[in-house]
Amino acid sequence: MSINPELAGRTYPAQEPYLVGREKIREFAAALKATHRAHYDIDAAAALGHKDLLAPPTFAIIVAQRADALLVADPASGIDFSRVVHADQRFTHHRAIIAGDELLAELHVDSVRAMGGGAMISTRAEISTATGEKVATTVSSILVRGEEN
Amino acid sequence: MIDFGTLEKGQKIGTTTIHVNRGDLVAYAGASGDFNPIHWNERFATEVGLPGVIAHGMFTMGAAVQLVCDWAQDPGAVIDYQARFTKPVPVPDPAGSNPSDDPGTAIEVSGAIGALDAEARTARVDLTVSVQGTKVLVKAQAVVQL
Repeated sequence: MSINPELAGRTYPAQEPYLVGREKIREFAAALKATHRAHYDIDAAAALGHKDLLAPPTFAIIVAQRADALLVADPASGIDFSRVVHADQRFTHHRAIIAGDELLAELHVDSVRAMGGGAMISTRAEISTATGEKVATTVSSILVRGEEN
Repeated sequence: MIDFGTLEKGQKIGTTTIHVNRGDLVAYAGASGDFNPIHWNERFATEVGLPGVIAHGMFTMGAAVQLVCDWAQDPGAVIDYQARFTKPVPVPDPAGSNPSDDPGTAIEVSGAIGALDAEARTARVDLTVSVQGTKVLVKAQAVVQL
């Protein structure tokens, strides 16, 4: 199994929109032990100027990892998911994510670098609303470990 | 609200300790949709060469930034956040314990202002995130719009 170096530059178009639910925001915030009331209470979110419950800063990982799954599932990628390690992650928010948002993620494979017997793959998800408003850009690198490791 | 003019580079924003046990990892798996068995199944984790079940990198990253969210008083003010996952966070399953109320692994988080941009009115908070003295995240930086 080897990683296809020609993956770099490939784009995977957005699939079905992801509808951000209030209960998912509450569940995600609670799982991260977040205490800020704006994740749980609509009035607390409104007091900060948010139209609905506010998602935690790393919430976009749900949408980004769904997009990454398209790459991993692509038979042309050569990625064995059991050998994947998350190496780094970045979130850039163009605006806050709130309950009721319908998010689309377009995945870009920015680079593929051979490392040992494996490869470091950097992907970028451009997350926008169904109406085209830019919401967030997420960048992540995954290390696919070589067979000899 | 935070008065931007009073902030100084190097200023500490606080510290916190996050406790993570096996029950917390199951909750995060469900909440995030990341069901990789290395985060909940000991046999599978050791078979792929890990010391045992480890926390999701995104659990550690997401929980650590809560210190910044609380300091900023608005989690929506965190406009940029990045981290590198350098060391795994092992979450043991001690004999005789209840995995949902065991104290688990303690993740120590502290934050300090790493940079200020007066024009953009942003503060970069640099987080130090460690377990038993070993840094588990590197370059963990959150940019806050003030």
